[in-house]
Amino acid sequence: MVASILDGIFNGVSIGSILLLAALGLAIVFGLMGVINMAHGELMMLGAYTTFVVQNIFKAIGGPLFEVYIFFALIAAFIVAALVGLLLERGVIRYLYGRPLETLLATWGVSLILQQFVRSVNWVLVFGLLLFCVLYFGGQWVVKRRADFERIKGWSTTLLLFLSGAIALVGGNIVASTYGLAATQPWFGAQNKDVTAPAWLRGGIPIGNYQLPSTRVFIMVLTVLCVLGVYWFLNRTAWGLRIRSVTQNRNMSACLGIPTRTVDALTFALGSGLAGIAGCALSLLGSVGPNTGQNYIVNTFMVVVVGGVGKLVGTIVGAMAIGIADYIVGTGILANLTNIPFLKDFFTFFATTSMAKVMVFALIVVFLQFRPAGMFPQKGRTVDA
Amino acid sequence: MAVDTLVQSRGVDLAKRRSLLIEIAIVAAIALFLIFALPWLISAFRLNLMGRFLALAIVALGIDLIWGFTGLLSLGHGIFFTIGGYALAMHLKLPQPPGSGLPEFMSLYGGTELPWFWRPFYSAPFSLFAIAVIPAVIAGILGYVIFRNRIRGVYFSILTQAATIIFFNFFNGQQKLFNGTNGLTDFRSVFGLPVKDNRTQYILYIVTILFVILAYAVCRWLTSGRFGRLLVAIRDDESRVRFTGYNPTGFKILVFAVSGALAGIAGALYTLQSGIVSPNTMNIAFSIEMVIWVAVGGRATLVGAILGAVLVNLAKSLLSEQFPDFWLFFQGGLFLLVVLLLPSGLIGWLRTSGVDLYKQLTGQTRLSTYPSLEEDPEVEYERKNIGD
Amino acid sequence: MNEKILEIDDLTVSFDGFKALNHLNFSLDIGELRVIIGPNGAGKTTFLDIITGKTKPTEGQVRFKGRNLRPYAEHQIAQMGVGRKFQTPRVYLNLTPRENLEIACNRQKTVIHTLFRKTLNAERRTVVGLLETIGLSHKADMKANLLSHGEKQWLEIGMLVAQSPDLLLVDEPVAGLTDEETEKTGELLLSLAESHSIIVIEHDMEFVRQIAKGTVTVLHQGSVLCEGTIDEVQTDPRVVEVYLGQEIHTNGPVNLEDTAELLGVLEGS
Repeated sequence: MVASILDGIFNGVSIGSILLLAALGLAIVFGLMGVINMAHGELMMLGAYTTFVVQNIFKAIGGPLFEVYIFFALIAAFIVAALVGLLLERGVIRYLYGRPLETLLATWGVSLILQQFVRSVNWVLVFGLLLFCVLYFGGQWVVKRRADFERIKGWSTTLLLFLSGAIALVGGNIVASTYGLAATQPWFGAQNKDVTAPAWLRGGIPIGNYQLPSTRVFIMVLTVLCVLGVYWFLNRTAWGLRIRSVTQNRNMSACLGIPTRTVDALTFALGSGLAGIAGCALSLLGSVGPNTGQNYIVNTFMVVVVGGVGKLVGTIVGAMAIGIADYIVGTGILANLTNIPFLKDFFTFFATTSMAKVMVFALIVVFLQFRPAGMFPQKGRTVDA
Repeated sequence: MAVDTLVQSRGVDLAKRRSLLIEIAIVAAIALFLIFALPWLISAFRLNLMGRFLALAIVALGIDLIWGFTGLLSLGHGIFFTIGGYALAMHLKLPQPPGSGLPEFMSLYGGTELPWFWRPFYSAPFSLFAIAVIPAVIAGILGYVIFRNRIRGVYFSILTQAATIIFFNFFNGQQKLFNGTNGLTDFRSVFGLPVKDNRTQYILYIVTILFVILAYAVCRWLTSGRFGRLLVAIRDDESRVRFTGYNPTGFKILVFAVSGALAGIAGALYTLQSGIVSPNTMNIAFSIEMVIWVAVGGRATLVGAILGAVLVNLAKSLLSEQFPDFWLFFQGGLFLLVVLLLPSGLIGWLRTSGVDLYKQLTGQTRLSTYPSLEEDPEVEYERKNIGD
Repeated sequence: MNEKILEIDDLTVSFDGFKALNHLNFSLDIGELRVIIGPNGAGKTTFLDIITGKTKPTEGQVRFKGRNLRPYAEHQIAQMGVGRKFQTPRVYLNLTPRENLEIACNRQKTVIHTLFRKTLNAERRTVVGLLETIGLSHKADMKANLLSHGEKQWLEIGMLVAQSPDLLLVDEPVAGLTDEETEKTGELLLSLAESHSIIVIEHDMEFVRQIAKGTVTVLHQGSVLCEGTIDEVQTDPRVVEVYLGQEIHTNGPVNLEDTAELLGVLEGS
């Protein structure tokens, strides 16, 4: 009995900590910037693929170094996801501040593109993209320096777009026909990829006659470190202070000389980087594929909704509550606890992974009837102006 | 002066009536073209696709109602669409007369008894009724629990999206009740006609067109009067509406339910023409895709919703035939394009740039000494009333 | 005339410990026009939020026509006869002034009525009359986002009147208006005061002097600092102190003219 309860709590917290890791970046981006990033899951997916690549590199090197590749992978995943996030913020999101529904749609578009990109990326695509970027942005740079830029802006941009697009297309085709399969073979393809955990993460830590899987313990520790890191960054560093001040009053901050655009970019990159770390952690739990991110996105949003956008602690509590509820309902522990036939049938009906989600969602909706703004809402006159 | 303005508003009424007549004529012309001319121009396969797109246009109208006019971005219309499809499919799968056996898949999974909620679907009238009413009721309940607490904006979107996943899980997980992932398919006959027959499909195509017109008329009626203006008011400033003495909750629930019912009807028509209904249409991607149809056409314009749904799906079927890999790139690009560059969609673009273009082409441009005056409403007013 | 339309007893509102209103007592006679002034952060807008039901009191109660407002939602309070104009004009920008007014004018505000019942001719006439009053007849059928700031302010006041409330709450009606518009707004409010009870919150002392024929209430740090006629209030040393932040009055008798001018300069900009 005690063992099963302990087991329940451990597994619940374990699920919760993955959720928390995934939701942390989202909560930052949503809570501080009011941006709904539907591509968050895809940033996680990129983190997972980065882990896969780093693992392959270390496998090729071989030797004892492979045992610590995971740490390099974490850093690489953070950097890759943060860079993509930065690009996303500069290229798309900054035009949409204050329009959350539009941001939602735009980032969804980005998530589709990222999914397909991972599926079909090969040397031809990369070459074509690079060629296009060099031609287009190079061309823009040249045109911008002309005195009559404003006048020719309209048609020159269109022309550049089509010209560089066409050249890139032709260039890509030439590369494809010269190098053949070596260039056209997708790097990853649509299949799922498996990441091998280092040996020391494959076993379990025995406690009494019970084993705690090492990967899950590792993820919990990682989550705690990330939460502490974020807390420290936001509350104890100069940039954290700037981020918070921009959240509170953008215009005033700008007047005080805080570079608000840099702060936006930084905040978004931080949130994206955390998604990368979460993706790296995910890759330890199972195979990763282009759709990996989508499976998590709704759950992580639920965490933010339940926790409320006011404080970090809301995200933590929300994630743990959902994780534990998910596990307890999903494994049918509730069904074993009761002897009333009707209730037993009822709980057994929901005792599968997918049906547990149904029940947890119902619980969340019930919860929101009492606390519509989540557990830790923002208060005050200005909230609903 | 006061009397003048009243008279003026009566004049507006007359003008409205005339433009309504013109509108009816245009709708009738398009419908006649689609029904009688198009089948000669394209193959039966393409015609069937066109019928499906038009079914999707009905959902688009529903989305437009809730998003374009009321400002609530629902990411859960896949639920209503699919449930409408199931409501009809369940009727079609039940062997008639009542009691003469189970749908095949149930016996396959070892079911011996028909689940209670399948029973009413023996009745054709009930099923037809259920196609629209069950989605509407589900939407109503979902709307009630969300709107009651003034959960709105992105929170509404997120919750409807979560609901989509939940319904997907539910239908996907229940093999014995709904045949799980495979869904319901292999319909033999629909109200006595063989489903796969070209003639039946042509009839369904016509029925779909009639329903598009009906849905258009309903939406037109809802959005043109005082009710429609209140929806716009809710979209623009909900708390102002409250302080004016209206309770927005009821309005929002009603609109959400109507829009769910439209999705249900669309789902049923789509199911008949595609021959299958499965939980796949409840994945989150499909529900967001619906939104982009409306966005491409032009939100808050009913014509835009229909146009967008047909055009985007046409593009989808052509592109995914030619370059299956690139459809997602294209779709993603479409999201970005519409949000960043064409926020009011094709119709909105036509209204602004299109009018200029038309004037340029037909040489109607008036060289203006003071271009800014051209856009001044007061100047326009004076021109209209005093003469140029 | 001594019946109270609005009574507020010992009202406290706190947000996370910060007391926006602190043991506030207030009452308004039927047919009275009351002006409320006070420095920034005095709780003026929260005061209106409480009356209209947007915020619920932490302690104390608000009675409108003798009824405690606590259990009612915003729209119910509005239907009971409380109309509110916001600080920044909030009209429906994508509707025409006529449509804006028609929405406010609708008597039966249920879903069914709004959907099925035709607009009554009487209502149309009211709308036309109101368009006349607020001077927007010639712009009645263009979108409200094309109106100027002053016109939007007026349209919102028109919407308020269309609701035919018993109590009008007007939050800074002349912010951002020209002198001429301000004066016209004042006249409009005074003419409305003949048939309504009105609370006006305002910063512009010039304007306050124009409309404040009766009592003026000064709010400070969430409670009533003092009440009286405009002249009494302007010479009250405590008012001078909270506005100027220092104790000028200890240096000698307060010069009425100076104070008024100072207040005007400080708040009227």
